Amino acid sequence: MEIKKEATRDGFGKGIVKAGSNKDVVVLDADLAESTRSIKFKEKYPKRFFDMGIAEMDMVGTAAGLAASGKIPFACSFAVFATGRAYGAMRLAAISELNVKIVGSHAGIGTGEDGATHQSIDDISLARTLPGMTVIQPCDSLEAEKATLALVKHKGITYLRTTRSKIPIITKENDTFTIGKGTLMMDGKDIAIIATGTLVHLALEAAGELKKQKISARVINIHTIKPIDKEIILKAAKETGAILTAEDHNIIGGLGSTVAEILTENYPTKMKRIGINDEFGQSGKPDELYQKYNLTKENIIKNAKALLRRK
Amino acid sequence: MVDNKLINNLKDIAIKIRKNILTATTKAQSGHPGGSLSATDIMVCLYFHKMKHTSKKPDDPNRDRFILSKGHAAPALYACLAQSGYFPVKELDTLRQLGSRLQGHPERIKLPGVEASTGPLGQGLSFANGVALAGKIDKKDYKVYCMIGDGESQEGMIWEAAMTSPHYKLDNLCVILDHNRLQIDGKVEDVKNIEPVKDKFKAFNFNVIEIDGHNYNEILHALDQADKTKGKPTIIIANTIKGKGVPMMENKAEWHGKACKPGELDKCLESVY
Repeated sequence: MEIKKEATRDGFGKGIVKAGSNKDVVVLDADLAESTRSIKFKEKYPKRFFDMGIAEMDMVGTAAGLAASGKIPFACSFAVFATGRAYGAMRLAAISELNVKIVGSHAGIGTGEDGATHQSIDDISLARTLPGMTVIQPCDSLEAEKATLALVKHKGITYLRTTRSKIPIITKENDTFTIGKGTLMMDGKDIAIIATGTLVHLALEAAGELKKQKISARVINIHTIKPIDKEIILKAAKETGAILTAEDHNIIGGLGSTVAEILTENYPTKMKRIGINDEFGQSGKPDELYQKYNLTKENIIKNAKALLRRK
Repeated sequence: MVDNKLINNLKDIAIKIRKNILTATTKAQSGHPGGSLSATDIMVCLYFHKMKHTSKKPDDPNRDRFILSKGHAAPALYACLAQSGYFPVKELDTLRQLGSRLQGHPERIKLPGVEASTGPLGQGLSFANGVALAGKIDKKDYKVYCMIGDGESQEGMIWEAAMTSPHYKLDNLCVILDHNRLQIDGKVEDVKNIEPVKDKFKAFNFNVIEIDGHNYNEILHALDQADKTKGKPTIIIANTIKGKGVPMMENKAEWHGKACKPGELDKCLESVY
């Protein structure tokens, strides 16, 4: 059976249209509505959609004022701009404990041809260092749709990270989505692969291959990077004794760092981080870039085996 | 029509506010008296005459809002809020101290009456646009006032926001530029000139009114004019004097972020006019 593929930004597009039934939801975009898929909301609710021009700081600052007036604003742009360009406004909204939803699409090097300037490898890091911030990266379109709807009900500042490329839908319609809860995608006892976003389906494929080679790998999907599900991580560490993380983000400051912080303080475990090794990306097709920067099933398998040898 | 009784009453309040600013910053031995004093007369006109608001219901959805984008003028805001009954005047003595609700720069989650957390310059106008936009969506008739500084207008975000307010025809927004011509490192024109600032805002499609920011008649008239302007936002460019009302501080950049010495306070308070 062919697995359906869709980008997580499309899941956001579907979710935000459904979210529109709540009259308090308003959407802002900085001239990327087509790309972020916020255009779906604009088409259905034009009066509650605001083009802010190419001015991300102003967009997030305006969203803060809307939130202070009882609205639930979703402020959308590319991840690199929604966080980096708007950092000051995001930080002030966090200090203000305002219900601002920042949505960054085109996250990671998977953004592709636009090159390093447009590939956010630092956005999770920027967002998660802010007190009170919730950081979410869905692993497929279906999860992105559920995450968007969950954010409407969630009070507080949040960052939703979505991606450009079509990836397999690996979750199910009736799977529940709970902010702050990791999900066990495949059980295993030799090693645990903790992944987020576009790397979750690759982790599952790697675990499938490892199984054929008699290695039992657990796969955990971390859609909420902050507040992170410590319980599921520590349980995996205790039960498998080897943790491999995988993400399309710098290995500094993202999921790998977060997991390392938890393990180091609570249950030191042999681990390895797969991600962007503290360098900027470049232009290329998303698939080519994933090969070049080792965000592949093969690299996960290789690192899993190397880690097992260190156990 | 000049209402002398009203103006004399407001001037008396302004004397109290200025004394509160001096006392609080002296107790804290830090803070920003210069830019608080230049903003005082305008803020007094807003809080004690123009704006509909009540300390009994700080979150009344229909209240008029004041957003102090130049958040370092917090002592003036706190004094106006305290004198309006939002919290005890005595609490002004806790300014900038550990555990106080009166943070160095205003924080909306800490103190009732503070509409927006501000201080990192350039951000308040975007916030005010958001509040004004919400008012339009909800068809409410509240008014949003936003005070920005002239040094602050060197921030690019001010001009991003200045494009937003006329684009969305936010005639429920009135911006006030506290044009005291001084910033930390000296004269605004020397540090980085913002002139011709009046022409800039005109070009951005604001209704622009220029006044003497210490002349009550002009302030009150300009605020009424802003109400009458439909289809575009208003900016009142208020020419002010940094340190106004305290002779030893007037027109001196050094009083931007320095409190007077405890031994000087009595003399300073006596000199307030």
